[in-house]
Amino acid sequence: MSVTANISPSKAVDRVAVRSWKLPILFGLLALFAVVVFVVLGPSGQATFRISQEGDAWQVPDLAVPAKVFGVVVAILCVLLAARAYQQMRNGGRIDNWVSMTFTVAFVVGLLVWIIGGTKTQNITLVGLFTGAMLITTPLVFGSLSGVLCERSGVVNIAIEGQLLAGAFTASLVSSITHNAYAGLFAAAVAGVLVSFLLAAFSIKYVVNQIIVGVVLNVLVSGLTGFLFEKIMKIKVDGATIYNQPAQLPDLPIPLLSQIPVIGPTLFRQSIIGYLMLVLVAGIWFGLFRTRWGLRIRAVGEHPKAADTVGINVNRTRFLNVLAGGAVAGVGGAYFTLVAVSSFSKDMTGGLGFIALAALIFGRWNPIGAALAALLFGVAGNLQSILSLAGTPIDGQFLAMLPYALTILAVSGFVGKSRAPAADGEPYIKG
Amino acid sequence: MKLELRGITKSFGALVANDHIDLVVESGEIHSLLGENGAGKSTLMNVLYGLHEPTAGEILIDDKPVKFSGPADAMAAGIGMVHQHFMLVPVFTVAENVALGGESTGFAGILDLEATRRKIREISSRFGFHVDPDALVEELPVGVQQRVEIIKALVRNARILILDEPTAVLTPRETDELMDIMGQLKAGGTSIVFISHKLREVKAISDTITVIRRGKVVGSADPSAATTELASMMVGRAVNLTLDKADATPGDETFKVTNLTVMNDAGQRLLDDVTFSVSDGEILAVAGVQGNGQTELTEAVLGLQKHVMGSIMLDGKELVGRSVRQVLDAGVGFVPEDRQDDGLVGEFSIAENLVLDLYTKEPYSRFGSMNRAVIARNAEEKVAEFDVRTQSAQDAADTLSGGNQQKVVLARELARPLKLFIAAQPTRGVDVGSIEFLHKRIVAERDAGTPVVIVSTELDEVLELGDRIAVLFAGRLMGIVPGKSSRELLGLMMAGLPADEARAQLDAPAAGTAGQSEGELP
Repeated sequence: MSVTANISPSKAVDRVAVRSWKLPILFGLLALFAVVVFVVLGPSGQATFRISQEGDAWQVPDLAVPAKVFGVVVAILCVLLAARAYQQMRNGGRIDNWVSMTFTVAFVVGLLVWIIGGTKTQNITLVGLFTGAMLITTPLVFGSLSGVLCERSGVVNIAIEGQLLAGAFTASLVSSITHNAYAGLFAAAVAGVLVSFLLAAFSIKYVVNQIIVGVVLNVLVSGLTGFLFEKIMKIKVDGATIYNQPAQLPDLPIPLLSQIPVIGPTLFRQSIIGYLMLVLVAGIWFGLFRTRWGLRIRAVGEHPKAADTVGINVNRTRFLNVLAGGAVAGVGGAYFTLVAVSSFSKDMTGGLGFIALAALIFGRWNPIGAALAALLFGVAGNLQSILSLAGTPIDGQFLAMLPYALTILAVSGFVGKSRAPAADGEPYIKG
Repeated sequence: MKLELRGITKSFGALVANDHIDLVVESGEIHSLLGENGAGKSTLMNVLYGLHEPTAGEILIDDKPVKFSGPADAMAAGIGMVHQHFMLVPVFTVAENVALGGESTGFAGILDLEATRRKIREISSRFGFHVDPDALVEELPVGVQQRVEIIKALVRNARILILDEPTAVLTPRETDELMDIMGQLKAGGTSIVFISHKLREVKAISDTITVIRRGKVVGSADPSAATTELASMMVGRAVNLTLDKADATPGDETFKVTNLTVMNDAGQRLLDDVTFSVSDGEILAVAGVQGNGQTELTEAVLGLQKHVMGSIMLDGKELVGRSVRQVLDAGVGFVPEDRQDDGLVGEFSIAENLVLDLYTKEPYSRFGSMNRAVIARNAEEKVAEFDVRTQSAQDAADTLSGGNQQKVVLARELARPLKLFIAAQPTRGVDVGSIEFLHKRIVAERDAGTPVVIVSTELDEVLELGDRIAVLFAGRLMGIVPGKSSRELLGLMMAGLPADEARAQLDAPAAGTAGQSEGELP
């Protein structure tokens, strides 16, 4: 008997249009904004982008754009694309990716030119924009990688903020005592692991709600570091605080690569933490999608029972992943006190741990996606601080809000649906 | 490979799920475990597969005692299991699912999926499985997913294969194919433990049958034993397997569904242009394999679906676009398919569950405060009327057995004067004794002149209750046939053949082989 013809039809079910008008409406409003602001309120004169700096391997001339003309071009492009998006939604029920992408890029560049054209100096240094952005991006990447490790295995990590903060505090303390920044870096990883241990123990072993444990841990770490900051770090010996004077991690420029315009100073003139970041992004991506380790982690995060029935220890896998996530976030925290700023201050992470979660979702639980999202948030955040100094046509506080508004749009699914691991946040109880 | 269970006992707290079970599976035989839902079959197999540790007793393989601390040990000992709910990661490919847990790897743990793909292709061609190693599991039909599960076990060199209720999700045709596969595996020397509560299948395929009731082995039977004999062993008393039902006397067509289309958020048509009507005093049974639009149909009537087009008329009133409350008030009684999630509030008492839809109305509440005495009296009446086996009507609903929970749901829904009664999977997971009772109540509602719609994936139930039978496939209506139609006809329709084509195929002299029918699929 071999009558096993597959009669189960694998024919795809017909798709019909369930029209979602969110995007066409959004595009329409933005196009209107472009017409009014870029054209009618457009600044005269030029917006200049400085690309090269001294010491680069070769010099790229500054890019000067006539703001008004550029604004008109962008506005027309935006209107055309919005109309195209409307037409596509009407006919097919979906908008081509290129339309959305081109619209976004055109609008963002248009906005940038308009803002810079409107500043007093009418120029911006790209190197400054990106290197400054790294101050925000680096801890965000570490935070979101911690989230990737935890959530891919099925544990929601709201405690990233606490892990960053614990890392920042410990790095500063240990580096101050030992006068060795690398000892501080190591201690920060340990501190992150300790916070993670609490998260893992309560949420995996004792099946307490993961969100609640995470929130409590954030408050706990904030209180604890704040208390120790007052009691230890403010101790003065000979008129100087000795426990909050961490030795800093030196920049380690890579020869040749560091001299490429813009990219060099941004990526190849960093401390060890910066390089570690690049290695981790690539390494975790490869590990998750190309190795046995990653296959098992993803299985545990998607369908823990299936993993259990093929002999994978679900809760041990999750425990180890949460600990690894803690180490990664702890290192990210060390960046605050060993690279970015020269001492610890109370609650200095300022909510970046939560933005890291947003980057994680924006990046669709993918290490590379999360890193790019972190870069976007970093650039947006830094642009705001640069522009508020340069004197912009819009209020600085308003610009400061933009990255977060962007986050909400991203998280609420405007930029495509992102799908969390199916068992994310679900405790696994055997049997 | 010979497998023996000796005195296996498994208790969860006070509940004894398995009580000194002895079982011998000889090499190369198909051994059926027959028992009702909740008899302890699955628990026993989970013990055997290392998912539960037995409270007492031992497992012997080839007469040597073994101890499993987890599924990995069981697999290493040559035991493979196809679970009732598939243990497949939906977003993984077939190869990734098969590899999981026993991956071939190269340097530094880098996956070598090519080795797994080769093994899948080899097994697939040996048994004629037609499984593509690179297909995403969530995009495969359930029948193929089940084959992936079997491949998973075979790749791990399983010598004993446990199949836990494997036919529950299959069309009659796919069931036949599974039986063929089981025969091939047996010929190759694999022992099979086949768990089922479907008497016909058990009789057709088994070498030996062991019957389990309330956690105990009540005896073994020969496959040639009479169906009624097996049924009474399984239930513990004589059961009347056929329902005494008078012919329907249909009245006016008061429930009309016209061009009903339901879509999900992604725009897939889950229900596609379905038109039918039901008369007063008539039962329309909707058959089909799970996931072919039945859920959407019942939920669309109740107002639980988002993207609904077309018209649903009850007694001259349009139901599409109304709120659930309005639909209920229009006289619709609804038994949802998942009673534990949608039919009851488990922590609430039986009495409270009996007024879930009435608590806002007099006399159950006045001026926004509930009248406990009336609710309690109502509960006692209903418990007596529907023979709900419970200590007290104030006990939590989730302390009841499945059959008694379903009686509570039915008692609540039938309490109001109805213009339409819809029941989805009214007897899923319900013991045979309760099935009889529930069926009688449904027929009684019909005889009272209410149009009734029953959705069921069990062909037996459909044939028993339906005055007419509608078959859904991939969201489309394959046709409506009389209640006394043949299983073969319904089977073909459930596999996607419209009624007239299915009839033509059955009438054609050379028809009946799978090869021919494949070309005629829509």
